[in-house]
Amino acid sequence: MSHQANPAEVALPIPGCSDSPVNQERGQRAVFCGLTSIIWLHRKIQDAFFLVVGSRTCAHLIQSAAGVMIFAEPRFATAVLQDRDLAGMADCNEELDRVVDQVVQRRPDIRTLFLVGSCPSEVIKLDLANAAQRLSERYAGRVRIAEYSGSGIETTFTQGEDNCLKGLVATLPKAPAENRSLLIVGSLPDIVEDQFLRLFEQLGIGPVHFFPARKSDGLPAVGPGTAFLLAQPYLGETARALLKRGAHALSAPFPLGAEGTHDWLRAAADAWEIAPDQFEAAVAAPLARAERAVARQREALDGKRISFLPDSQLEIPLARFLHRECGMQLVEIGTPYLDQQLSAAELALLPDGPRLTEGQDLDVQLDRVRNDRPDLTVCGLGIANPLEAEGLRTKWSIELMFTPIHGFDQAGDLAELFVRPLNRQSRLRF
Amino acid sequence: MELTFWTYEGPPHVGAIRVVTSMTGVHMVLHAPQGDTYADLLFTMIERNGARPPVTYTTFQARDLGGDTAGLVIQTLRDATERFKPKILVVGDSCTAELLQDQPGSLAEGTDLSVPVIPLELTAYSRKENWGASETLYHLVRGLLSSQAPAPGWTRPEPPKDRRPRVNLLGPSTLGFRCRDDVEEITRLLDSVGVDVLVTAPAGASPEDLLRIPHADANVCLYPEVGGATCTWLQRTFKQPTIKTVPIGVGATLDFLREIAAVTGVDVEHAIDEAQSRLPWYSKSVDSTYLTAKRVFVFGDATHAIAAARVARDELGFDVVGLGTYSRELARDVRAAAETHGVEPLISDNYLEIESKIAELQPELVLGTQMERHIAKRLGIACAVISTPSHVQDYPARYSPQMGFEGANVLFDTWVHPLMMGLEEHLLTMFREDFEFNDGAKPSHLGAHAGKKQSTETAAAADMGGQPTPTSPDGLAWEVEAEHELKKIPFFVRGKARRNTEKYALERGMQQISVETLYEAKAHFGR
Repeated sequence: MSHQANPAEVALPIPGCSDSPVNQERGQRAVFCGLTSIIWLHRKIQDAFFLVVGSRTCAHLIQSAAGVMIFAEPRFATAVLQDRDLAGMADCNEELDRVVDQVVQRRPDIRTLFLVGSCPSEVIKLDLANAAQRLSERYAGRVRIAEYSGSGIETTFTQGEDNCLKGLVATLPKAPAENRSLLIVGSLPDIVEDQFLRLFEQLGIGPVHFFPARKSDGLPAVGPGTAFLLAQPYLGETARALLKRGAHALSAPFPLGAEGTHDWLRAAADAWEIAPDQFEAAVAAPLARAERAVARQREALDGKRISFLPDSQLEIPLARFLHRECGMQLVEIGTPYLDQQLSAAELALLPDGPRLTEGQDLDVQLDRVRNDRPDLTVCGLGIANPLEAEGLRTKWSIELMFTPIHGFDQAGDLAELFVRPLNRQSRLRF
Repeated sequence: MELTFWTYEGPPHVGAIRVVTSMTGVHMVLHAPQGDTYADLLFTMIERNGARPPVTYTTFQARDLGGDTAGLVIQTLRDATERFKPKILVVGDSCTAELLQDQPGSLAEGTDLSVPVIPLELTAYSRKENWGASETLYHLVRGLLSSQAPAPGWTRPEPPKDRRPRVNLLGPSTLGFRCRDDVEEITRLLDSVGVDVLVTAPAGASPEDLLRIPHADANVCLYPEVGGATCTWLQRTFKQPTIKTVPIGVGATLDFLREIAAVTGVDVEHAIDEAQSRLPWYSKSVDSTYLTAKRVFVFGDATHAIAAARVARDELGFDVVGLGTYSRELARDVRAAAETHGVEPLISDNYLEIESKIAELQPELVLGTQMERHIAKRLGIACAVISTPSHVQDYPARYSPQMGFEGANVLFDTWVHPLMMGLEEHLLTMFREDFEFNDGAKPSHLGAHAGKKQSTETAAAADMGGQPTPTSPDGLAWEVEAEHELKKIPFFVRGKARRNTEKYALERGMQQISVETLYEAKAHFGR
């Protein structure tokens, strides 16, 4: 996988390395491709347009995954490759220019247009980097043209966001070395960003920037004075690109659950040399609130067994939260790709015992689920109903991407997402 | 390249998956990159299937491309055959795999798999979902039956007299529109006139069922998009007549019965006399008067669009103001139908084009797909869904066919309901400006302390003494009184009244629109 970075090249300065044994599996996979991340990225970056250069399959995938958002004219579309593009009867670059022109004419409000590579555009080796440069010159001052690959042969699901942000890192303004700032990396709902901003302000940490920014002209500057904290676990490539820009990484678990959020904020507080008692005093109230909210859900989850099928790379932090804060027993944690370095702080908190699986061999994995019969299986949309029909309760993993789950004030909501299917089961009599 | 915001049909391999998922004993190996497995959710989420589609994907990744993707295909073929033990293996590729030119079909035929293989060429860069479904059904039927094909010049013997006539129902599939209930309704209807259904395919059929297809006296082409090519081949090869009338609506169901009679010799006159549909009476009853000449725009797959336009005009008394389809394969039929309605056919799969057509025509009801439902919602027009692409609510728990006499009842209810809701909304809007029941007034049963500020706005407007306010992009100015008068017109025709009036004024070089102009225009356009 192209995502496997060479650790010798740019090592993330993250201490510790878990020695949990990881089962590597290869075979049929049931995960979305990176194009799916457009669904939340376009909502996050409010003046961006995502143009997939691909096939009807790409268009159909995004539409099927986005489903209900059809009510508005979307800020994403597909330039569908046709026979004549492939047969060389049409010049793909000229065709792309024409389609981009159509989009820019139609949507004068957009400031950044992403050309998003797909499986077919990768296979025919369409040079989107070159196209982005050419088109950037044409629309200079009006629309910035960027590119990245969301293709299924290179990315799964959330890795689309990683590729998108990695591409944007190169365009971030340069910050002078003496400018100290904190950069929070990874899409978060606006409400969660605002909660974190208030906490950082109380702690005296700042300035704080979020990446990606809500607007194209709000891109944060980055330099040797920048410390960054990942808000999402799937951003390995983006992290490495930021390191190359001179920023330094703060190591922490991810801000899921009371404990995760506490430790994540602490990493920033430590970097800002805030005294531990001062830190604890500042987070005491929201931490207590989060613990109360989780405690309300804990009874329904305590002792219940859970398996994760690989999907978003959120599996490990979620497993850590559900085990340590909700008392769940972990049966199998499947993840599409395990970045040992980024996950070090999380892996250190996992108990011994659960099977850790990287990659997928779908039918074999489903056999294990049937054999284990966990109380809850976290899986993709395509598999949920078939497992339910076999009498197994499921939680759709995609819901975790569209619901605010990060931070203290969402910890209870996060636990409730896992309680709901069990609650439902206990209500239905037939 | 074609700029696509939303697509009416998926790629051809999704059509192929629809056919194999409809059947039993069939498995498919699809050479496709990871990510293409999203297709599973169409079946398990939208149609709520309790099992994954019978498809194994090769899910190749970038690292496989440098190596041996053909080897991956062969390994997947072996694993899938071993695990699922199908009676037939269908093999195809999706758009990306097509570019690799691994020829998975040939690979399967060249591998000792101990299962018959049906290879598919799905031409992802020129074709779409319904074509893929049609092609897959055709290749399955042909692949299983071509060895039974009689010599050219063979004539079909008369069916034996000691059994009831029997037909096959071809075309119903998963993710079709109400196929489950249509099959039940038509099977019951045929039984009522003494005709048996031998095989229904692909829905619910096994490979053995497909082998029995030639033993029926005729084929009913229930959904031409999926079943048409297969019916044509069966007619040519096995001399089985094709029954082409799609029984949607009372008129078409009666025609269907007459066609059944003509082909099989059964007597249907009694059944026609006894026809049990409430639609004709409901349509005649006086409360339906308000349906008269409602302007309706129809769009969908060819089968449902053509049928809906006929029902709309002949059975509900609507005016069909637009008719179109995204099914290019059947565009000719839609063009012919459009001519009978005196409208320009709209053959397009560009939803922006359909949206602007609807905005231009300002119909009172849209009969379309889920796409048109969203368009209509944005434009504030009533809408009912008559065709795929569909959504989870188009797979209702209750019995809800579109075909046959019960189907006609369903059409009446589902088309009239949104108009009724529109009428209620209109009443709400009307009373918003009413002296008694306005927004500021509390419901009378809650006491008598409301309704004080209701008329200040009206009074303020009157104080302005009819100063014209420019409101039209053409520089036309509407006088305040004219604007007020316009607001008294029901909201669902207000847009049309405004445009007609402005058009009338522009044509006459007028600068200002008064109440007089409004009514002169009304008289001029006759609406």
